[in-house]
Amino acid sequence: MNTLFDKIWDSHVVNTITDGPVQLYIDRLYCHEVTSPQAFDGLRSRGISPLRPERIFCMPDHNTPTHDQDKEIEDPVSRRQVETLKANAEEFGLMHFGMMDSRNGIIHVVGPERGLSLPGMTIVCGDSHTSTHGAMGAVAFGIGTSEVEMVMASQCILQQKPKSMRISVEGQLGKGVTAKDVALYIMKNITTSGATGYFVEYAGSAVRSLSMEGRLTLCNLSIEMGARGGFIAPDQTTFDYLKGREYAPKGEDWDRAVEYWKTLRSGDDAVFDKEIVFDASDICPMITYGTNPGMGIAIDENIPSADSFSGEAAASFAKSLDYMGFDAGSSLLGKKIDYVFLGACTNGRIEDFRAFATIAAGRHKAEGVTAWLVPGSWEVSRQIREEGLDKILEAAGFEIRQPGCSACLAMNDDKIPAGKYSVSTSNRNFEGRQGPGARTLLASPLTAAAAAVTGVITDPRSLMD
Amino acid sequence: MKQKFDIIESTCVPLPLENIDTDQIIPARVLKATTRDESFFGENLFRDWRYDSQDRPKADFVFNQPDFSAAPCEGVHQVLVAGKNFGCGSSREHAAWAIAGYGFRVVVSSFFADIHKNNELNNFVLPVVVSEEFLSELFDSIAADSQARVRVDVPAQTITNLATGTQESFEINSYKKYCLMNAVDDIDYLLEQKDKIEAFENNRYETQNC
Repeated sequence: MNTLFDKIWDSHVVNTITDGPVQLYIDRLYCHEVTSPQAFDGLRSRGISPLRPERIFCMPDHNTPTHDQDKEIEDPVSRRQVETLKANAEEFGLMHFGMMDSRNGIIHVVGPERGLSLPGMTIVCGDSHTSTHGAMGAVAFGIGTSEVEMVMASQCILQQKPKSMRISVEGQLGKGVTAKDVALYIMKNITTSGATGYFVEYAGSAVRSLSMEGRLTLCNLSIEMGARGGFIAPDQTTFDYLKGREYAPKGEDWDRAVEYWKTLRSGDDAVFDKEIVFDASDICPMITYGTNPGMGIAIDENIPSADSFSGEAAASFAKSLDYMGFDAGSSLLGKKIDYVFLGACTNGRIEDFRAFATIAAGRHKAEGVTAWLVPGSWEVSRQIREEGLDKILEAAGFEIRQPGCSACLAMNDDKIPAGKYSVSTSNRNFEGRQGPGARTLLASPLTAAAAAVTGVITDPRSLMD
Repeated sequence: MKQKFDIIESTCVPLPLENIDTDQIIPARVLKATTRDESFFGENLFRDWRYDSQDRPKADFVFNQPDFSAAPCEGVHQVLVAGKNFGCGSSREHAAWAIAGYGFRVVVSSFFADIHKNNELNNFVLPVVVSEEFLSELFDSIAADSQARVRVDVPAQTITNLATGTQESFEINSYKKYCLMNAVDDIDYLLEQKDKIEAFENNRYETQNC
């Protein structure tokens, strides 16, 4: 009761169905090319158009190649999906940030960056990482394609109200510990289903001290704990980030908006269905060893032993280690790796490239390592060049590619070959996620950079001043 | 596919693994279709567990074992039984289309991921949440006899392991139950609410309406 989640959710309830879901009003619908075509088909077969086209923004990101975007996409199936989105946006009069548009990029990077995702909003997209936008102080969650069609048709969605959880991280984060490590640490502790059925508010001094980029990373990973979404109450960090952005309110509208946004916080008497508190000083740089994001360890810790599990959990653990080619109880440090991926809606922002560059500066990419550095958007790409990070990274043997989801889910050509090890800043290490047979180890940009310059799994703190 | 639900009695297909994610249910590279062809997605259900890189069936996967390889039809293999946290990961509704396209009408687990659960319901596949004990007993029943059957009674909201007689109630709100039993979907409902939507929009604070 009286949580920020209640405030935002309840202020968007249009109607409540007795012993059923609520009809929730949606402020923004984002569409990408993979989960929208069937929704547009649904509208056509019902003979209807989007009710509020001005609230819908489309952009391709999943299939986009990370090179030669000015040329036609080579894969005909990917090309058709990207072209279908463009045609649908044109047919229904929706804003579309197409290929080579300076505003294009991964939806979850572009939404906040353009000032489209604002505090107090309800935001949905046919993509589970929509939880990212919660960092702006919004209620944002991923939905299926039928639900995308629902929102297009009515600007509303029927949903059961999730329960509320507060996860507080108190204290100061240690050297080399980033938002990514905080999220992997939380998942390790509560598992990938620990927050299923809940909406999470992140709080505590360690969370509050995160930059906007760090907050976006943390909220991005809410779904990997099972949560529908996760958010952080807006504060001065949020307002400073948003001011002047393309779609953010301007002038007097800005002042009024900030006054309202300042009221968006959980009451001192707020009651959550569940509360968990972590101590920031317990968190180390993290890395995953298994095939779900909850299978993480501190980088200098050993993989759990087989007798830590029983029943179906033991079967899943054994299947996972077999897939990864790791032994229970062993250490990952010094283990040879083949690929490094910096990017995705999780860690494809400017701060992530800055972090990677701090380790890469004055060093060189290890022989035998293939590194894909993929900015989350053209805007991030522009900032990388403006700050001269491209020069530092190029001198260290790294190449910056063009923006998109890329090797996070390998829908384009950026696939990790079967059996190869990839240290990845993305969000999922599921079997085959980065390509059939690919072996993914999730980590922060600092840990990814440490692996890229040494060729083996390395504690990033050993390379930091 | 809108299909009315009443009582389903069928043999099952077991998948006793936890945390089966939607990337396993349907890999990303199969998501490039722009139509909702459920038979295409059904053919690719559990693609990388079911087939090797040369598209040959993997003998150790349950769908390829003689006892379970028959395609679902009335009373046969219409129920998928899976370990807890089924459907975690991506929001891709293609996973639900694949499950429906293969011919499953019911998925039984002790725990479902939220988005996938909604996707199943929106595609007239019924996710039935049972206790850990019920699930474990059902896996044992199927291991002992691949012909073990369950009865899912939607009107009564019960599931029965017919091999042992164990019965449990399952939850479903009365709105969704009505939708499933009458083959009505949420969009049909929402399209009738336009007046309420406009009234809501007109009553919002200006600052909330950016």
